[in-house]
Amino acid sequence: MSATIALQHGALERYETPSTREPQWIKLLLIGIALSFFTVFLLFPLVAVFVEAFRKGWGTYLAALSSHDALAAIRLTLLTAAIAVPLNLFFGVSAAWAIAKFEFPGKRLLITLIDLPFSVSPVISGLIYVLLFGAQGWFGEWFAAHDIKILFAVPGIVLATIFVTFPFVARELIPLMEAQGSEEEEAAVVLGASGWQVFWHTTLPNIKWGLLYGVILCNARAMGEFGAVSVVSGHIRGMTNTMPLHVEILYNEYNYAAAFAVASLLALLAIVTLGLKTLVERQSHKQKTESLALENAS
Amino acid sequence: MKLKTVVSSLLAASVLAGNVLAADISLLNVSYDPTRELYQDFNAAFAKYWKAKTGDNVTINQSHGGSGKQARGIIDGLEADVATLALAYDIDALADKALIPQDWQKRLPNNASPYTSTIVFLVRKGNPKGIKDWNDLVKPDVAIITPNPKTSGGARWNYLAAWAYALEQPGGNETKAKEFIGQIFKNVKVLDSGARGATTTFVERGIGDVLLAWENEAYLSLKELGDKFEIVTPSLSILAEPPITVVDKTVDKHGTRKVAQAYLEYLYSAEGQEIAARNFYRPQDAKIAAKYAKQFAKTRLVTIDKSFGGWRNAQKVHFSDGGVFDQIYVPSGKR
Repeated sequence: MSATIALQHGALERYETPSTREPQWIKLLLIGIALSFFTVFLLFPLVAVFVEAFRKGWGTYLAALSSHDALAAIRLTLLTAAIAVPLNLFFGVSAAWAIAKFEFPGKRLLITLIDLPFSVSPVISGLIYVLLFGAQGWFGEWFAAHDIKILFAVPGIVLATIFVTFPFVARELIPLMEAQGSEEEEAAVVLGASGWQVFWHTTLPNIKWGLLYGVILCNARAMGEFGAVSVVSGHIRGMTNTMPLHVEILYNEYNYAAAFAVASLLALLAIVTLGLKTLVERQSHKQKTESLALENAS
Repeated sequence: MKLKTVVSSLLAASVLAGNVLAADISLLNVSYDPTRELYQDFNAAFAKYWKAKTGDNVTINQSHGGSGKQARGIIDGLEADVATLALAYDIDALADKALIPQDWQKRLPNNASPYTSTIVFLVRKGNPKGIKDWNDLVKPDVAIITPNPKTSGGARWNYLAAWAYALEQPGGNETKAKEFIGQIFKNVKVLDSGARGATTTFVERGIGDVLLAWENEAYLSLKELGDKFEIVTPSLSILAEPPITVVDKTVDKHGTRKVAQAYLEYLYSAEGQEIAARNFYRPQDAKIAAKYAKQFAKTRLVTIDKSFGGWRNAQKVHFSDGGVFDQIYVPSGKR
């Protein structure tokens, strides 16, 4: 349908380049396939989450979210993200800065290692902390002797979350900063700016949208992580269950309305994330066009 | 700078975790999968009893999962004050790591098992495949759901009940039993890690014709999900004794031995036994068992000690790496 409208408006020359001169039915078929895939695999499950959550009415929904265990899970999830995201923001900017602006031995290796959490299964991400901090693990005895609890407690959950969300900010910034090069920073230094001033007034404005984009993704994953956190959590209800773990427990207790109520919060988070992401993408695109226009003008 | 941030936020995190924990007394009960509803009821009853007796407020926190996985968690540092697992071997594993003494099973009555259960079949309404006994499970068109014996206590009881049945058949011997078990596991469609996951697969996702389940789990499914299912009790099953223990290393560290001990002993009291029976566990107390006798089908029950020479032996022969289970089970993708 949208194709016909485009034709009516005489957009023929613009859209029908030789590479897209296909018969109408192929276009419709492709659009149809894409839309039905989208509906079946993305839209239906999303709708189902909310339908199930509200099946027994608002009362049950609110009761499920305000139960002691659910509130504890929400608090723990927020706390975990509040620690993991700023740390990874700091790390991501440092790493991207180092990689994009300097040459040093082992640079390629560092880039590869930053990607490690993406390529490794979350179960392994959890198990490494069991191996390190478990009672039978490398440092387990020392921590036990000093009465510091890491595994099956909040610090373990935070550590596992940091590990799996490690690459998001750095991965987003490295290509961006590499593409921008270091001419502007060099100019700033020549003009007498201090290191901090260079970062604050030159680098940060250039990378802010990419940075925000990375933080949004990092946060979404930090709140949604299941596998790694499941391994190190110990599943003590009301204490070491994050929201995704709480959803599983409720589901396994035949408590479907409550399970989907908590799941709907996570789904809402995903929708908000997508909204923010679109906004940020638009802003960064605008910034790019503006700076291009500026270059052309000069 | 970075290291400092890490350390200080970790400290902040542990302080916050400490605040969540703060209560007059708190105990952690690390249990197996199907006991969620049982301990929800029992913990409330015990807190009331303890408050009346001592004036202290006691909060009992729960962690549930496959029995073997939970034992592993305690060994790795999950600070359980009491362990209430599916079978003695998983608690023996704690004794082997010196978390509890070797004679733990003699510290409480009835082999430290305040309630027992057995293994039954849950089938779909009307029993469309006509499943009556263990030998019906090896028919080629029967799809079975059971959890994984490597991680689940219930699944190990399932397996041993089937083995005991095969031995009891005319001309039954070890070789035939092994063949029989092999045929059963050939029909297994999904191998979940815990009993509750297997139940969900069967009742919620609608996979399989028969679920090999704890009796209490099967009755709970009927109660929760109405009349879509039926319970079939086989001609012979196994007396499952889920044992309990105080975890000495933890209670000595937390100073909670007295209340932990009282908690376990209360499971043997009249009220504890009633709660167990109401949650479809078979009570040990003769009077309460008589009261609830109608609830449980009568069938022949073999014991782990008489038929398998105790859990340590059964574990070694059947479930250790390279044991009988490893020899007979080939995941369906590799067949």
